[in-house]
Amino acid sequence: MKPMLQVKNLNTWYGESHVLHGVDMTVGEGETVTILGRNGVGKTTTLRTIVGILRERKGQILFDGRDMMTVPLHRTAHAGIGFVPEERGIFATLTVEENLMLPPVVARGGMSLDEIYELFPNLLERRTSPGTKLSGGEQQMLAMARILRTGVKMLLLDEPTEGLAPVIVQRIGEVLKKLKERGMTVLLVEQNFRFASKIADRFYLMDHGQMVADFPVAELPNQMPMLHKVLGV
Amino acid sequence: MQALFGQLLIGLINGSFYALLSLGLAVIFGLLRVINFAHGAQYMLGAFVAYLLLQYLGIGYWAALVVAPLVVGLFGAVIERTMLSRLYNLDPLYGLLFTFGLALTIEGTFRYLYGASGQPYAAPPLLAGGTNLGFMFLPNYRGWVVVVSLLACLGTWLLIEKTKLGSYLRAATENPVLVQAFGVNVPLLLTFTYALGAGLAAFAGVLAAPVYQVSPLMGTNLIIVVFAVVVVGGMGSIMGAILTGYMLGIAEGLTKVFYPEASNIVIFVIMAIVLLLRPAGLFGRDA
Ligand SMILES: Nc1ncnc2c1ncn2[C@@H]1O[C@H](COP(=O)(O)OP(=O)(O)O)[C@@H](O)[C@H]1O
Ligand SMILES: [Mg+2]
Repeated sequence: MKPMLQVKNLNTWYGESHVLHGVDMTVGEGETVTILGRNGVGKTTTLRTIVGILRERKGQILFDGRDMMTVPLHRTAHAGIGFVPEERGIFATLTVEENLMLPPVVARGGMSLDEIYELFPNLLERRTSPGTKLSGGEQQMLAMARILRTGVKMLLLDEPTEGLAPVIVQRIGEVLKKLKERGMTVLLVEQNFRFASKIADRFYLMDHGQMVADFPVAELPNQMPMLHKVLGV
Repeated sequence: MQALFGQLLIGLINGSFYALLSLGLAVIFGLLRVINFAHGAQYMLGAFVAYLLLQYLGIGYWAALVVAPLVVGLFGAVIERTMLSRLYNLDPLYGLLFTFGLALTIEGTFRYLYGASGQPYAAPPLLAGGTNLGFMFLPNYRGWVVVVSLLACLGTWLLIEKTKLGSYLRAATENPVLVQAFGVNVPLLLTFTYALGAGLAAFAGVLAAPVYQVSPLMGTNLIIVVFAVVVVGGMGSIMGAILTGYMLGIAEGLTKVFYPEASNIVIFVIMAIVLLLRPAGLFGRDA
């Protein structure tokens, strides 16, 4: 499989505080990869560093063969990386449709507005409401939907199911499966590994700012004792 | 009766300038988090560019109404790119001090070059004279100022609330980092916003040139009142800035009729009352 994202020896700091200690990972084209790990081990930091939001960083990030370390933040999306942040980032002063249309289209192959409304009928109904008047689940749908319009090749999703009802979690799972069929590459941070086991091809386990294990979904049963130990669940 | 309408008109004219200027301040503050103390100087620059265009190039009022805001907007863009943008990561106090220093520099330079006294600037012939409305005599130019500044305020509001560019501005006001991660060039957006604010101030300056005189300190006096307007309206609300500008202009005009002694301070009295009762301002979002 052709690698889409290659991260080597990635280190990130928040001022004095050294948070990522040499992260190594690879995501293949069309693959869905999930990062597991306890709270505070650096999962969000990993995504934010790859996107280029955090720039106190050292190491290597190759995306689609291109060195991303020198790419300015506003060019990351144009390179083909879409980001759905943990806090969702829905804009209160924008309507649902304005939120949806906000990220510029960076390449062909994204979904049309019609396709998006077909996939998320709730958003069509609420299109003129302020973005933050939506329920948590709808906001998560909106946060994902707006990236799907842009034609990015890869999606970075930070805990999309956090705090959502089971039916919504199931809906998000269906959407991710559809994206996979379309060939989208996905890097997912997830605490809910029952959910993740249904859509991920491969897992990384993160601890103390490093990847400490890497295994395909088929090995998940064998890895359970180790996961229980590291995740403390 | 005549006096009442006369003062109401003056209040409306002043209100137009308050609205245009506080609107620009609110737009800049909303996105850049900078209190633009150079706003009065940029207003003065607009009037001076119009004056100089006429003196040296024979370019008249109508062209100046377009050219002066563009020139001052461009000047604002250069200032933002080369200097102001370096201060965003520091304490907001630095932006305030910088623009304050900028205002002193610009006004000092013009005072040195042209002296402190005002230069007259004639209204365009098309708008000379006046119209008898029955209940009052309306100088045509003043009627034009009221209408066109209302349109400019409305246009700016529409730009921000109803256009794609406006949605970038609103979103970047909430979360600039995320908007940038989506692929929008936010630094460029900040430059554009500062230029827009400066251009609006210059536009007000050109409008003001035939009403007041063109003088290096014309912005200094006005901007103090405009800051009071902004405090009353609350920072960051576009419509709030516009409405408060007109309201306070009219309140000032009415005070001149009923209690002339207080007309110079009425806005500051209102400011004090609003600060006591509603510190975030009439239209401000509570902190
Ligand atoms: N803005 C910040 N400033 C300083 N430290 C931070 C900041 N954000 C996160 N951290 C620290 O970095 C570590 C990793 O955080 P994070 O990447 O959010 O973890 P996770 O997403 O795995 O829960 C934590 O110890 C956290 O306290
Ligand atoms: Mg996190």
